[in-house]
Amino acid sequence: MATGAFAERVLLATGGGGVSEQPTTGDEPAGEAPLTPGAGWHRAGGQDLTRPRRKRRRGGGGGWGSGNREAAMVPEAEFSSYYGRQIIKSPTWKNPEVPLYFFLGGAAGTSSVIGALAEFTGRPTLARNAEYTAGIGALASVVLLIDDLGRPERFLHMLRVFKPTSPLSVGSYILSPFSAFTSAAAGIRLLELQPVLELAAKVLPFLPRLAGAFPALRKASAVGAAAFGGPMATYTAVLIANTAVPSWHAPHDELPFVFAGSAMAAGGGITMALTPVEEAGPSRKVALTGVALELAAIHRVEHGHGIVSEPYHLGKAGKLLRAAKACTVSGAGVTALLGRTRVGGVLGGALLAAGSVMTRMGIFEAGMASAKDPKYTVVPQRERLEARQAEAAARAGTDDPHEARSVVR
Amino acid sequence: MTTVSSASPGLSKDHADPVTGNRLYGPLPDVQGEAGYETDHPARVGFFTDTSVCIGCKACEVACKEWNTLPMDDSHGTRDAMGLSGMSYDNTGQLGANSWRHVAFIEQSRAVDLPMPVFGRPGDDRQDSGQPVNPISPQADSTLNAQTSVLNAQSLSEFDPQTGQSGSDKQIRWLMSSDVCKHCTHAGCLDVCPTGALFRTEFGTVVVQGDICNGCGYCVPACPYGVIDKREDDGRVFKCTMCYDRLTDGLQPACATACPTQSIQFGDLDELQARADARLATLKGQGVETARLYGRDEADGVGGVGAFFLLLDEPEVYGLPPDPIVTTRDLPSMWKAAATGAAVIVGVVASAFVGRKR
Repeated sequence: MATGAFAERVLLATGGGGVSEQPTTGDEPAGEAPLTPGAGWHRAGGQDLTRPRRKRRRGGGGGWGSGNREAAMVPEAEFSSYYGRQIIKSPTWKNPEVPLYFFLGGAAGTSSVIGALAEFTGRPTLARNAEYTAGIGALASVVLLIDDLGRPERFLHMLRVFKPTSPLSVGSYILSPFSAFTSAAAGIRLLELQPVLELAAKVLPFLPRLAGAFPALRKASAVGAAAFGGPMATYTAVLIANTAVPSWHAPHDELPFVFAGSAMAAGGGITMALTPVEEAGPSRKVALTGVALELAAIHRVEHGHGIVSEPYHLGKAGKLLRAAKACTVSGAGVTALLGRTRVGGVLGGALLAAGSVMTRMGIFEAGMASAKDPKYTVVPQRERLEARQAEAAARAGTDDPHEARSVVR
Repeated sequence: MTTVSSASPGLSKDHADPVTGNRLYGPLPDVQGEAGYETDHPARVGFFTDTSVCIGCKACEVACKEWNTLPMDDSHGTRDAMGLSGMSYDNTGQLGANSWRHVAFIEQSRAVDLPMPVFGRPGDDRQDSGQPVNPISPQADSTLNAQTSVLNAQSLSEFDPQTGQSGSDKQIRWLMSSDVCKHCTHAGCLDVCPTGALFRTEFGTVVVQGDICNGCGYCVPACPYGVIDKREDDGRVFKCTMCYDRLTDGLQPACATACPTQSIQFGDLDELQARADARLATLKGQGVETARLYGRDEADGVGGVGAFFLLLDEPEVYGLPPDPIVTTRDLPSMWKAAATGAAVIVGVVASAFVGRKR
């Protein structure tokens, strides 16, 4: 039984990740186990629970991109784990609040930039709609973010310190002025309506005297909001990328562009849907450019990172992202072909917004799935480690990777 | 020494890396100094957990729960629930908000090459045992003997209750390891905490201030070891403090005090590192080829840890990540990508407004 079973066990114990069986030379001192790195140890018992048997996963029956074909190309990885338990902790962020926050932040961020530019290029309806979108999106973002806290009453602690190493701290300092400026712009818009002003004057009697300054204040607020609009749309990508969640961290240089593209598609789409076609030209262009950027960037996220790209194709995340792609692509098609009609604008905008929501939800789900399965934590790290050890062994002039394996680390 | 710092080392420009311009990763000889403490701060302390002498008694878990008044939970971290994991002698399951020490338990077996000094099977040397040898299947008898002669320690050690096999071609071992917060040199949780609730103590450890934490939960997925977690009904996060309250009073942490085999050793980190190196050399000398130190290397992805381990198998077998990194290492490139993305948005929108009005 010795050699065959033994070889199998070495493979089990070391996960087989690049560690080949060390052949017995016959020179081993009698009475001692062969000197292999894992020394042949594997989990005792019938079924090796440290390597949970994986069912062949089946996707949502083809559809857009049919990502499962690519996923199936990644070979099933051999790895060890502690009873199949996850290594890192799953994010405790609420779903769908947090992905919805990513979507609203993106849509509001792009809308604020559109609004500010529309103010100064003679597109009053577009400016109004973009400012309302930004204001509502920003306020809803604040509500969602505070709601996600374990101690919502302590939300002001977010502004206690400023830490460039914490994307959430930086984000708090982006969201605070952004929501202040956008809600100011949207609020002044409201006050410019006569009934609202009369109502507000009952509480603040000095308001009608300021009415002359409203347009200037509104434009200033819109410009202020636009300054934070871009960062508002992309910082959330850094927020999730700077975690130990494998499928979020690996594509850390591409996710900001996915979020930027998705934000442009959503912001452009929503303002386009709300605005008469004569003024909505810039929104259409923004939306279409955003779709192109998003699709290009998410393709690299979904295919460029080996095993860690896998969760983007599987399960709920895969379904959401395929649906997102369907919405985004058809939304872009409708916008390009029928965007200059009111119906086409509304339909295209709605599809683009839906696509953006599902993109954020799909990315969120993919990260959650990659946190849950120890495979995505262990296998890439094991590969990294073994590459480094092989390199160290090569430097040390020995071609035996096991030599390097036992060095103090 | 009197100030408390929630700044991460990356913020200190005094000793900045000449290449990257920051100290977001890599070795950090004076972690407290980097966090802003005066030079008269105490030495960095840590744990050296030598799993080769751990007996899995879980005294550390109990002492930790007692001292820190941690609530009960089951092996999935569900508070005020008691349950068996159903997988092994480990019913704690994982580190979490309510478990700051976790004793992992793994039973392993291995085949041993046959050219071994043959220890007689139990019963072989008892010619007059009175038990007739089964002429058809002697193996059945040896199994029977191994199962029945419970007073024979040799047979117990050779009998594998899970497969029913016995014999000298198979060995069983138990791995036990008391896991704990690593108190990293570059702590992901500390880096990402937006409120400053997590801070670096004068002892070089990482502690959550319960009165500051607002439960944003960012530290939870930021930890590459999956240590810190949120207590759902409380809303805040909790993790090992290395008994900060005891340290300030000159006591050692509860778990190290309770450990009966000195598997958990507490002390100044440099002293522990020297002790661990010596212990590893001893074990290697004794032929324990699988022994290795985990978290000892200051050039690793988290700059070395304050609580490191001597393991007898690959880290992932114990539920530890084989090559953890502090993700803040890549933050400059992430911020660059985000800034570029933001600029792209502004640029695309601006260019969309250029040209004819429509």
